[in-house]
Amino acid sequence: MRGRLRYDDVVLCAPVTVPYERYSSQSAHWWAGRALRVLADVTGLGPRDFDGFCFSSFSAGPDTAVGMVQHLGLSPRWLDHIPTGGASGVMAMRRAARAVQCGDAQIVACVAADTNHLDSFRQTVAGFSRFSQDAVYPYGSGGPNATFALITDHYMRTFGIGREAFGKLCVAQRDNARSNPLALQRGVLTLDAYLNARPISDPVHLYDCVMPCAGADAYIVTTPEVAQRLGLRMVRILSTIERHNAHPQDKVQWRGGWTMDVDDLWAMAGVGPQDVDVLQVYDDYPVIVAMQIDNLGFCPPGEVADFIRRTDFTITGDLPLNTNGGQLSAGQAGAAGGFQNVTEGMRQILRQPLGDQVPDARIAAISGFGLVNYDRGICTAAAVLEAVA
Amino acid sequence: MTLRPRPEKRDPLQRKVERHVPAGLRSRAMHAMSARAAQGRFVLQQCVECSAVTYPPRDICPVCWGELAWRDQVQGATLLAETTVRVTTDLYFRAHMPWRMGTIALDAGPVALAHLSRNLTVGGRADVRLMIDKGGNAALFAMAAGEEPDMSDKQWREFVVPVRDRTILVTDGRGAVGQAVVAALQAAGAASVVVGLPAPAQPPAALAGLTGVRIVPLDLTDTRSVSECLTDIAGPLDIVVNTARFVRRGDGLIDQKHALDVTVLGLLRLTQGCAPMLQGRPSGAFVDIVSSAALAPDAGFPAFSAAQAAHLSLLQSFRHQMRGSGVRVMTLFTGPVDDEDHQSVPMPKVAPSRIAKGVVDALEGGREQLCVGDAAVDAMARWSDDPALYIREKNL
Repeated sequence: MRGRLRYDDVVLCAPVTVPYERYSSQSAHWWAGRALRVLADVTGLGPRDFDGFCFSSFSAGPDTAVGMVQHLGLSPRWLDHIPTGGASGVMAMRRAARAVQCGDAQIVACVAADTNHLDSFRQTVAGFSRFSQDAVYPYGSGGPNATFALITDHYMRTFGIGREAFGKLCVAQRDNARSNPLALQRGVLTLDAYLNARPISDPVHLYDCVMPCAGADAYIVTTPEVAQRLGLRMVRILSTIERHNAHPQDKVQWRGGWTMDVDDLWAMAGVGPQDVDVLQVYDDYPVIVAMQIDNLGFCPPGEVADFIRRTDFTITGDLPLNTNGGQLSAGQAGAAGGFQNVTEGMRQILRQPLGDQVPDARIAAISGFGLVNYDRGICTAAAVLEAVA
Repeated sequence: MTLRPRPEKRDPLQRKVERHVPAGLRSRAMHAMSARAAQGRFVLQQCVECSAVTYPPRDICPVCWGELAWRDQVQGATLLAETTVRVTTDLYFRAHMPWRMGTIALDAGPVALAHLSRNLTVGGRADVRLMIDKGGNAALFAMAAGEEPDMSDKQWREFVVPVRDRTILVTDGRGAVGQAVVAALQAAGAASVVVGLPAPAQPPAALAGLTGVRIVPLDLTDTRSVSECLTDIAGPLDIVVNTARFVRRGDGLIDQKHALDVTVLGLLRLTQGCAPMLQGRPSGAFVDIVSSAALAPDAGFPAFSAAQAAHLSLLQSFRHQMRGSGVRVMTLFTGPVDDEDHQSVPMPKVAPSRIAKGVVDALEGGREQLCVGDAAVDAMARWSDDPALYIREKNL
């Protein structure tokens, strides 16, 4: 197999978040437009300046990225639509980076936008995928809570991990959210409150669940020359990985596709988990956070329960985790939930945080997880980013 | 004619409970699975080339991209993970929370999500049944290995039609079949069995003295008689078993006309009258006994066969009309019956008591379609395999 090309001469800039709202009467198109407008305010670029556009959304139907470019007045020479939800932030990055690196585009806007109407969640869950319609939703219609309850139940039995470990992750993320003015949930969360919360789908309880909301996240991928001209601070990509439908033989999901590519991730990056200053992982449920910590090599395989017990995940801790509060506290804005790990990771190493700054942050590890097509998440991706000094 | 006391009492001033059904959106492949589940089969798709078994339903083999075919499979499984769903945005399940479901590893190969019985625990062995849910679609239900269905399990009750404590109308008590059905329902614990009797028939001796059985005038060829009978029931009506038929040899016009009046127009009078009553019940059901001559005509009984074919057609439409309300429409196929209508037909014939047992089995087993007796089973097998051949060979 040919060796992989490094991500030379390409950078990420201008992480933006359009403040999330629990419910919105606006459309996904509006949220995407707001994201571009905020990008424009930050970069000084206008509709004609973006020659690449990468879009991710669940609620833009019937439109795709195609409808979106005409709706938003873009005229790109490179276009991509990424329907992979929680993995879309890293996937957009790796596609756009190669396009810029190869000269197919010079300035790519990567945008994830979703709205949340009063009945959006039910409709999204009821019609999520063909396998889900046929073989998941009719079994109690618990939605993702029930699917992840089964994964959590199995994970707890397999790895001897208890609710207090998941609780520690959720409480740490809430502590991190308290300084983020955009987080939807910023009240104090104690471990007791976590453990005594009402059951939603056993063993998943209230604070294991994200709050669906409307919102948008975006960033641009461009050349260092353009970034310098625009006066933007830059992040370089040290490495990325991506995998879909890994380990189909596992009867219940206990690991993700990261395990197939994690060696490649760190080898290409030239750094290891011990060098990571901030870790931003997809957190639809804490069991998936634990799975990523394990699968990305932050602890020896199978020892995540012990690792959680002895690690401080707050902004000033040993391994600052989901420093904006993650989706568990900031809210899950549909596909933007798969972008906020990228935008928050960039912000921390660019020293432009929404809330508190992780001291001396230079290297961020980002991990995405998306699309429960049937009984498990199908798409996984990860990236290691470094601030350009 | 004493009536059994009903355990359930409804306050007539209370707002009626609205009933919902599970979401109905399914792929075409899933509908193919449901069609087989309706026949009581436990099937999964299997690749005709590499033999891999697959689930959820696909359109091509995920192992070798070969063609898939539906095959009967072993029903064993192991429970891998479980949850009790307590919150949902779906109206049907919201009315039935909490709901237990889990991940099972089928002995046939694939992993599936399934509804769980109360007695099945993680790591335990399971027997899996392919049921029809309230919305009319196939659903896997796993119970502990060797466990008998538990009629007090509220999840299981959503997939079947309990007979105990229910009010049931049997439309024609004149013949041996009607009388056997009444006796079987009564023995199965029905609270009240209302039996129709067209004038000028006299109450049959077989029904005399049965607890909870009440005989009322009912003539399906008379619209007024049908509505008077249904009005007379006055309370909740849970189940209707249609035993009315008119069997004569030949194709005499008078006989044909009467057969159509009883079997075709009579079915319409009955369903149009009772549908609103059944829709209000938690487990409403309509069971009909249909001759397998509805599938392919018996040239010795052309008028009867034609009426049965039209009858089956209307029954299938009625099933689809009832889908949105959760009322189950069940078809019992029979061959020639060992009764006064088939005196000239040689054996094998199916005993009326077998048909009566079939009615209870279909209800309590949640079977959309059931063939009772060797002749009906054979007819369905031949017709399913090759309808054109079956129509020819049946009358050779």
